[in-house]
Amino acid sequence: MIAPDLLEKHGLTSEEYERIVQLVGREPNMTELGLFSVMWSEHCSYKSSRRHLKTLPTDGPQVVEGPGENAGAIDIGDGLAAVFKIESHNHPSFIEPFQGAATGVGGILRDIFTMGARPIASLNSLRFGPLDDPRTRRILKGVVAGIGGYGNAFGCPTVGGEVVFEPCYAGNPLVNAFNLGIAEIKGIFRGRADGVGNPVLYIGAKTGRDGIHGATMASAEFGAGSEEKRPTVQVGDPFMEKVLLEACLEALATGAIVGIQDMGAAGLSCSTAEMAARAGNGIEIDLEHVPQRETGMSAYEIMLSESQERMLLVAEAGREKEIEEIFEKWDLHAAAIGRVTNDGRLRVTHGGKIEADVPVTALTDEAPVYDRTWTEPANPAATEDPLRDPPPADLGRTLLELLATPNLASKRWVYRQYDSTVQTNTLVGPGSDAAVVRIKGTHRALAISLDGNGRYGWLDPRAGARLAVAEACRNVVASGARPLGATNCLNFGNPEKPDVMGQLVTAIEGIGEACRTLGTPITGGNVSLYNETDGTAIYPTPVIGVVGLIENAARVLQSGFRETGDRVVLLGATRADLGGSEYLRTIHGRVAGPAPRLDLDVEKKLYELVLAANEAELLRSAHDLSDGGLGVALAECCLASTSGLGGQFELEGQRPDVLLFSESPSRMLVTTTTVEALMSLSREHAVPCAVIGVVGGDRLQIGISATESPAIDVTLSELREAWMCLEHRLTDVRN
Amino acid sequence: MSARSVGVVVFPGSNCDHDTEYALSSVCGAIVRMVWHRERDLAGLEAIVVPGGFAHGDYLRTGAIARYSPVMTSVQEFAAQGGPVLGICNGFQILQEAGLLPGAMLRNQHVQFLSQPVSIRVERNDTSASAGLEVGQELTIPIAHGDGNFYLPDGELDRLEANGQVVFRYAGDSADANPNGSARRIAGVCNRERNVVGLMPHPERAAEDALGSSDGRFILDAFLAWRAA
Repeated sequence: MIAPDLLEKHGLTSEEYERIVQLVGREPNMTELGLFSVMWSEHCSYKSSRRHLKTLPTDGPQVVEGPGENAGAIDIGDGLAAVFKIESHNHPSFIEPFQGAATGVGGILRDIFTMGARPIASLNSLRFGPLDDPRTRRILKGVVAGIGGYGNAFGCPTVGGEVVFEPCYAGNPLVNAFNLGIAEIKGIFRGRADGVGNPVLYIGAKTGRDGIHGATMASAEFGAGSEEKRPTVQVGDPFMEKVLLEACLEALATGAIVGIQDMGAAGLSCSTAEMAARAGNGIEIDLEHVPQRETGMSAYEIMLSESQERMLLVAEAGREKEIEEIFEKWDLHAAAIGRVTNDGRLRVTHGGKIEADVPVTALTDEAPVYDRTWTEPANPAATEDPLRDPPPADLGRTLLELLATPNLASKRWVYRQYDSTVQTNTLVGPGSDAAVVRIKGTHRALAISLDGNGRYGWLDPRAGARLAVAEACRNVVASGARPLGATNCLNFGNPEKPDVMGQLVTAIEGIGEACRTLGTPITGGNVSLYNETDGTAIYPTPVIGVVGLIENAARVLQSGFRETGDRVVLLGATRADLGGSEYLRTIHGRVAGPAPRLDLDVEKKLYELVLAANEAELLRSAHDLSDGGLGVALAECCLASTSGLGGQFELEGQRPDVLLFSESPSRMLVTTTTVEALMSLSREHAVPCAVIGVVGGDRLQIGISATESPAIDVTLSELREAWMCLEHRLTDVRN
Repeated sequence: MSARSVGVVVFPGSNCDHDTEYALSSVCGAIVRMVWHRERDLAGLEAIVVPGGFAHGDYLRTGAIARYSPVMTSVQEFAAQGGPVLGICNGFQILQEAGLLPGAMLRNQHVQFLSQPVSIRVERNDTSASAGLEVGQELTIPIAHGDGNFYLPDGELDRLEANGQVVFRYAGDSADANPNGSARRIAGVCNRERNVVGLMPHPERAAEDALGSSDGRFILDAFLAWRAA
C-alpha cells in the first residue's frame, strides 16, 4: 500500500490514486506511480482547464492543424504552413532565471521543428515585479540573457514580444515563449506511433537526473523554499538543439520517419504515451538502450528525467540504417529503444525486469478531468470611478512621466541582447506593433504579435481576455496583415480556489468570443496554473499570440512618421476608458475602474477599413493605440520616425486626460497624403475618422479644444530622454 | 564576367550559412557550394566564406574547436595560394584561431550580446572584401555577437595599423558607435597579403533594401569581383 505522504510528493490525491488502481487493475509500482504523477499533473493533463478549453473556436478553412499536436498550423498559401505555439516556463524561470528561460525557448523550438517546420521567428512575453526591486533586476537580467543565449546560438531570430512590470509578478515572473516555423503542408509531421512493429528511436542528448518532476513542480504553488528546487530545473544546450534541428529535418525529408515528438515536460513518459495514444497503439521500450549520462539511474529516474534536447522517433521498419547515417553525420546517435505494439500498453523493461506495464490511455485520455467549483469574478476595484482624480495641470510633464514608466519605456536594453536579424527575413523587428518576417521564395510576409494585460484581467477577466485578443489582432493589422490564427498562454493562480477558477473560466469564454468574431481560431497553446507565491495569485494573465498574413511584403506598414506634411488621422472613437489604464496607475497610483469596453464588431470594422486602405495604398504609416492611449501613441510615432519628425495636433473634447490617455480599444493612428479618399473609405466602413494633425518639425505639440497655447509642447529629444530611461537604469546598475 | 564559384563552410553550429548562401547566390548571383567541415576538397572554388554562427557551440572559446576541423587545413592552403577568404562574425573568430587573421576577441565591454545596426567606415580599398570601395565610405550593417571586442596589445596594434591591415572601423561618435569596445574601433582586419578578411558585422544581413540596408552588398560584390594581383 502506498503511503499518503508518497502520494502528496507525487502531487496525487487519494481519489486519483484509487482511479489509478482501478485503471491498472492493481496497485502501481513506484515507476508506474511516477508515470501517473507526471502524466496526470496539471501541466501535462490540463485536468482543470480541459473542459473549458474545449469551448474555444479551433476551426477555419485556414487551419491545417488545430490543438492536440505539438503545435498548431495555418495555411499561408503556396503550399506552405505557418506552424506556431506559445508555452510558459514561469516556474523554472523564477527558480533559475537563465536556465529556466533558456530551456523555455529550447522547448518551444523543439515543438515547432518536431512538426517538420524550420523555426524562423521567436517572440516572448515577460512579466516581472517592480524594476526598483533588486530581485526583479536579477531575474530580468537572467531571463533576458537566457533567452538570448539559447535563441542566438540556435540561430532563430527573436523578433518581438512584450515586457511588463507589475508588483503581482514579483514572486512569480511570467516567461512565455513563442515560436513560429515554416513547413510544407504536405511535409507536416505528427507525434504518432503508427505501424505495429516499427522501431522507436531515441535521438539527441543523453538522459541524466535533471528535471525529474519538473512538470509536477510546475503544477504547485510557490512557498518558502521554492528557490531550493533548482535541481528540478533543466540545463539547456542550444548547440545540441541546433544540430538536432538540422539532423531531424534532414531525416524527416527521407520519408522514412512515421512520427516524431520531442521529449519536453515528463520526458520519455509523455512522448511514448502520447505517441502511442494518438495512434491507438502501444509501445514497449527497454531502458537498457536509452543513452545515459550517469550510471545507476533507476527506471523511475529515466522515465521522469526532463533532460533537454531529446527527441523520440518512430521509423519505418527496415529503414533504420538510412536514418542512422544521417544522425551519425551530425555526430548524433539514433538509439533503437523499443517498438510499436498492438496491445495498447506502455511496457517498460530495465535489465530484463518489467518496470511498468500500464494501458496507454490510462495515462492520457483517462487522466482526470475536473469540473472545479468557480465563482463569477467581482472585483470591487472595478466599480471605482476612474474619473475621480482631476486631470494633471502639466500635461507635457505627465506624458514624459508615462513614457518613462518601465511598461511604456523603450525595451531596447532587452531586445538588443537578442539576435533579431539572423535568417535575413526580419522586415520589422522588436520595438514595433507587430514583428514582420518575410517568407523567402514568395512575396508574402507574416506579422506576429503577443499581447496580454494583467490589470484589465484583474479588474475583469473576461474583458481582459477579449482585449488581449483584440490588441494582438490590432497590432497585426497595423502592420498591414490579416489575422489568421491565434495561440494562447493562460497564466493563472491556483484553480482549486473558486475565485481563481472563475477568472480562468471567464477568461477562456472571453478569448472564445473575441477569436470567433475576429476570425482567429485557436490552434494550440498552453495553460500555466498555480502561479502563486505564499497564497497570493498573479493577475489573471492570458497572453495571446496572433499570426497574420501580408500578401505583398512591399505593403508592410510601420508606425513611425514618414514625411513632413503627411496628415495624421485617428480612426475609431475615444471614450472615457481610463479604468485599468497605465495613466491611472502611474500618475494616480490606482489600478481601478472598469476595464475598457470592447465591441468586437466595431473592432472588426476597423481591421477591414485599415486593410482596405492599405490595399488602396492610402496609408503611409499605422500605429495601434493601446497602453498609454493617444498621447503615448503620438509620442511613439515621433520616436519611431527614422527621419526624426514630430507633429502638431489639435484634439476636441472636455477632459484632457481622457483625450490623451484613455485606452479605448478599436482605434488606430494612421498617416496619409490622401485625406479625402481615406475619409470616404472610413464612411463606407462606418468607422469614425478624424484628421487630428500634421507631421513635421522636431517637437510634439498637442493643443486641446483650440486653446491658445498647446497643452503639450515637448521636443523629440525630451521625449527620447524619458523613453530611454530603462536602458539607463539597467545599464548603470550592476546587479 | 562569369559567375564566381564560392564555397560556404558549414560547421555543426553554423547558423548564418543559409543566409550567406542566399545573399551570395540569390542576391549577388554567385554559384555557391556548401562545404561540410569534414570535407577537404575545395577544387573548383574561387573564393571561400566562413560564415557566422556558433561553430561547435563556441564551447571552450569562440572558434577554438572549429579551427581543428579538416576543412580548415584546406582553407589555410587555399589562403596561402592567394585565394580570397572572408570570415564573418564567428567566421572571423575562427580565422583568428586558425592563425589566418590577427587579434583575438574578448567579451563585449558590457558583457552582453549585442544585436543592432552599426555604421562602419572603410579604411582600405585594397583587400579582397573592400576593393573598389571608397576609403572613408560609411556602411550601415548589423552586428550580432557576444564576443566582438577586438584585442591586440598596443605595440601589435601599431604594427597592424602600419601594415594597413585595418579594413573597417566602427564609425560615428555616439556612445553606441563602438558598442563592443573594440581596440581602436576595429571592426574588420585583413592578413598582410590582403586576400583574407574578417569582420564582425554581417554584410549578408544588409544585402537588400527590404532588410533596412543594402550596404552589405558593397562588401559581398567586392569580394566576388576580387582577383589576386
